[in-house]
Amino acid sequence: MRAKSWSDYQKDIADDRYYYARSCIRQNFFPGSEKAFLEILQRDLGKDIFDDPAHSSCTGIGYHSDVVPLETIMTVVARQFALMSEAGYENFVTSCITSFGIYTEILSTWEEFPETEERTRENLFKATGREFAKPKSLAHTSDVIFHFREEIAARAKRRLVDSMTGEPLKVVEHIGCHYAKIFPKSGIGGSEFPYVLAGMIESWGGECVDYPERRHCCGFGFRNYLVQANRGYSVANSQKKLESMAPYHPDFIVANCPGCSMFLDKWQYTIAEMNGRTYGANGYGIPVLTYEEMAGLVLGYDPWELGMQMHQVNVEPLLDRLGVEYDPSTKYLGRNGKFIGKPASAVVNCPSQEFIYDIKL
Amino acid sequence: MAAINWGFAISRPRVIDVDHNNLRKSDEILLEMPELQSCIGCGACTASCTAGNLTQFNFRKVHTLVRRGEYQGAYEEMNKCMLCGKCRLLCPRGINTRGVVMLIKRKLGDF
Repeated sequence: MRAKSWSDYQKDIADDRYYYARSCIRQNFFPGSEKAFLEILQRDLGKDIFDDPAHSSCTGIGYHSDVVPLETIMTVVARQFALMSEAGYENFVTSCITSFGIYTEILSTWEEFPETEERTRENLFKATGREFAKPKSLAHTSDVIFHFREEIAARAKRRLVDSMTGEPLKVVEHIGCHYAKIFPKSGIGGSEFPYVLAGMIESWGGECVDYPERRHCCGFGFRNYLVQANRGYSVANSQKKLESMAPYHPDFIVANCPGCSMFLDKWQYTIAEMNGRTYGANGYGIPVLTYEEMAGLVLGYDPWELGMQMHQVNVEPLLDRLGVEYDPSTKYLGRNGKFIGKPASAVVNCPSQEFIYDIKL
Repeated sequence: MAAINWGFAISRPRVIDVDHNNLRKSDEILLEMPELQSCIGCGACTASCTAGNLTQFNFRKVHTLVRRGEYQGAYEEMNKCMLCGKCRLLCPRGINTRGVVMLIKRKLGDF
């Protein structure tokens, strides 16, 4: 089954010249990750990737919340493709799993119902005077990192192993639902055996944790979260996953979806406040990384430049295990040494941070 | 620290977690009435039930839940049974369904 899925569910990922579309959520909660992706591709791998300031949100959140109609989102997506064509690129790379699902869904709809594509072309031309060409290849940023995983491994400054014992770190990989559960053919390994993050972990020396709820949703789901009264359902899903992975003592979680990274991280605080249950070694929580942060650490980036101070669960225990050198006093110093503010201490975080990070206050 | 008003609570799952349920009473019931294990869940008992015709009583549902360790409210439900025995006539496996009702009531009286 696995072997068959593996040969069936492959996709072509372009080697160079990408048009980059950012994510709404990630720019707020993981601002360093998108920057890290651009730096890894441009500086480390020498690829051509265009970060266009003119592109907009894909409006996927509005679409999934029944606020934005289908015709509108199709026109917005068509505008992104028009911007890509105008910039002279053909390979669309999106940073968000929701957007990736949206683009895949709309391209598929245009394929199945060509009249919707015609109407979208008409709407776009009326609204903006633009015309678009469909991308030659569509990939998620995790696909691109997966594509270059061996190149990254060759340039690695460190591997995902315990620096003291040399044992591989136990990593929980979590794939966003909209990556391959909607269109299994659009993801590497399909929805049953997605390999996109597992491949990176294996190439960089880590060990994947196979736990019962591995393919369970993190609970984000726009409708579940947007209405406050429904959030109990959302947090219950994350709790189910965290309870299921806890006996395997994972060192960290890596997710390729903005919502999953955010919720698996921040719900740990909520669960700790609500019922006192904490996870991870010594109850300090399980750090949740994005794949760019994981790649950045492997390539020797500074964790604070990767934006790892924005996490709810402190990453220092993980950095110590990996043997990453970091300056605790600069954790909350942003660009140009400007103090960016320090969060109040929380139940899930290391108690020592109170002492360490007051140094420069 | 003041308690946080979240405006929501963690939803309890509706799945039956057989791994974590206490199956001691269920095992005792099956030990005394092993024929209950041969139930195929056809629902003839519930379809023919006099009490079920007048109330929400569902014999198949209650004894299935009890076997999975979900005892809450089982005694009160079984109290609705009139012990008429029509279900026993219909059961394709010949299970002593009246006996099951009495056994569950005896075992789960304090739940």
